[in-house]
Amino acid sequence: MSAHARPAWMEKPRPLTQAAKAVALVAVVLLVCVPFLVILSTSLASPEEVVDNGGWVLWPTEPTVQAYRDILDGGIVTHALGVSAGVTVVGTLFSLFCTVTLAYALSRPGVFGGRPVLILVLFTFLFPPGMIPSFLLVKELGLLDSYGSLIFPVLINVFNLVVLRGFFQSIPDELYEAARLDGAGDWRVLWSVVLPLSKAALAVVGLFYAVAYWNSWFYASLYLESDHWPLQQVLRTYVVAGSGLTDTATSEGTVNAPQTVQMAVLVIATVPILLVYPFLQKYFTKGVLTGAVKS
Amino acid sequence: MAAVVRERAGTEAVTPSSRRPTGAFRSRKRFQNRRSGSRRSRALFLLMLPGLGYFLLFHYGALAGNVIAFKDYVPFDGIWGSPWVGLGNFQRMFQDAEFWDAVLNTLWIAVLQIAFYFPVPLALALLLHTLTWTTVRRFVQSVAYLPHFISWVIVVALFQQVLGDTGLVNGYLGDAGLSTVDIIGNPDAFRPLTVAQVIWKDAGWGTIIFLAALSQVDEQQYEAAAIDGAGPWRRFWHVTLPAIRPVIVLLLIMRLGDILSVGFEQMLLQRDAVGPEAAEIIDTFVYYQGMVGGDYGFAAAAGLFKGVIGALLVYAANKVAHRLGEQGVYK
Repeated sequence: MSAHARPAWMEKPRPLTQAAKAVALVAVVLLVCVPFLVILSTSLASPEEVVDNGGWVLWPTEPTVQAYRDILDGGIVTHALGVSAGVTVVGTLFSLFCTVTLAYALSRPGVFGGRPVLILVLFTFLFPPGMIPSFLLVKELGLLDSYGSLIFPVLINVFNLVVLRGFFQSIPDELYEAARLDGAGDWRVLWSVVLPLSKAALAVVGLFYAVAYWNSWFYASLYLESDHWPLQQVLRTYVVAGSGLTDTATSEGTVNAPQTVQMAVLVIATVPILLVYPFLQKYFTKGVLTGAVKS
Repeated sequence: MAAVVRERAGTEAVTPSSRRPTGAFRSRKRFQNRRSGSRRSRALFLLMLPGLGYFLLFHYGALAGNVIAFKDYVPFDGIWGSPWVGLGNFQRMFQDAEFWDAVLNTLWIAVLQIAFYFPVPLALALLLHTLTWTTVRRFVQSVAYLPHFISWVIVVALFQQVLGDTGLVNGYLGDAGLSTVDIIGNPDAFRPLTVAQVIWKDAGWGTIIFLAALSQVDEQQYEAAAIDGAGPWRRFWHVTLPAIRPVIVLLLIMRLGDILSVGFEQMLLQRDAVGPEAAEIIDTFVYYQGMVGGDYGFAAAAGLFKGVIGALLVYAANKVAHRLGEQGVYK
């Protein structure tokens, strides 16, 4: 695990090549990080400083968390944050349960109807049902304006299912046989043998679901009334489309919330992703994904 | 292909449990008899039901709802009670100039993405692969993957903040006394902008598959080539490139098969600002005709048209991949 491991046959890189590489790498890192820094700095600046500087601040002179106080003090954003958190947690649990059970059943040989079900599932990958029929179905099921409409239509992601199924199949048969000899039924084998061995795969799939639920806004715009919107849809309406946060947005009753408040909403919508990202990152290296991507 | 997974599961999990009594092997035959019993299958079948129910209802149920494309949808009568209009919706669609504009726009943006986005992850992967300093490499990888997990809403908002009229770039240009750039909300700049957004969001993530392919290249081939006097460029040309060519070809073919899809959320978020001439794609056409205009049958026809052609293209792309001896996505 030495940091500088250059094989003996490889020639020493020329300084010019080295410099070009370094510039490219720094550029990549800056291109990703600077936009986030601008958002964060602007959200922490005072509204006056932002106006003086023409709409953005790279380094606030007198940092203040007033913008965060305003939006977390009750009002649209606070409510939307609760909706997003709730849908993410409940949705991820439902999705994990249904994905794990189906993936496990499909990973065992000889289950009744296993082959047709697998084909049925993979076909949906090739031919999604389409926006209009999906909307009409949600409507006919009476799910309109319920939080269930954000969860049930996207309950299982085929890619996640295939990842988990592949992982379950990779567990050596001897383990299944040993557990069954000890008298464990299929549910028991799943719970006590398979799941404990699949923690890394479950973490990746669970985090994928959580990120998807957290980032979702389109279904909310289709299915929900505006007072039930999650954070991303609120962000889309008030920041991206520029409707301006109206008087109900903050408890202060500001009309057309200042730039600082808009940027604070943006930060709050991003932070959970940044928080779970190191965990996701940790599991990439375990090869769960590279294995799945390749298969 | 899932060898990596298997290896991990093998090394981490099996060792402690394989010390169990060897009885497991002796009574294997008896066990197999019991395993084929129907009780086992029934328990597994029950486990399958929640997920199966989901796919039947929300995919196949919705898929059946595509009959609406052949009807004039009347909300009061519902999907099944609305009157049939045969291929009327499709005839209207084929004569609709806005529909063909949307198709052309979709193809244009897709072609631009293939030309200008597709090579970026490859180049970035090659760059990352040459790094021998693992700490730096891991760090850059982590940073580059991150935008993939950021929602399109946030990505579009970030681009507005950086490139907009009052954004970072124009702020600096204005301060320096240079002319400012008009990018956000400008229909002429929209196509390059969407490509830039896709590069920012997904180029890092896209390196994963190339890096996986690069890591499979036998180190000894490089060594042998170097001993034979091949410099870095010749090693790249004669060892690296042939090794990852199958992955490149496969990804390119699959992207071509998916040519009717360009980021729906990305376009929808920006369509109002730049107008339909620049930003209307097939998916947003369906959305505006159906969800905004209430013309469900017509919109569903456009959606179904895209679905059928798209599925055929993906299927064809997969066949081509097989013909070229690659693995394909569907077996």
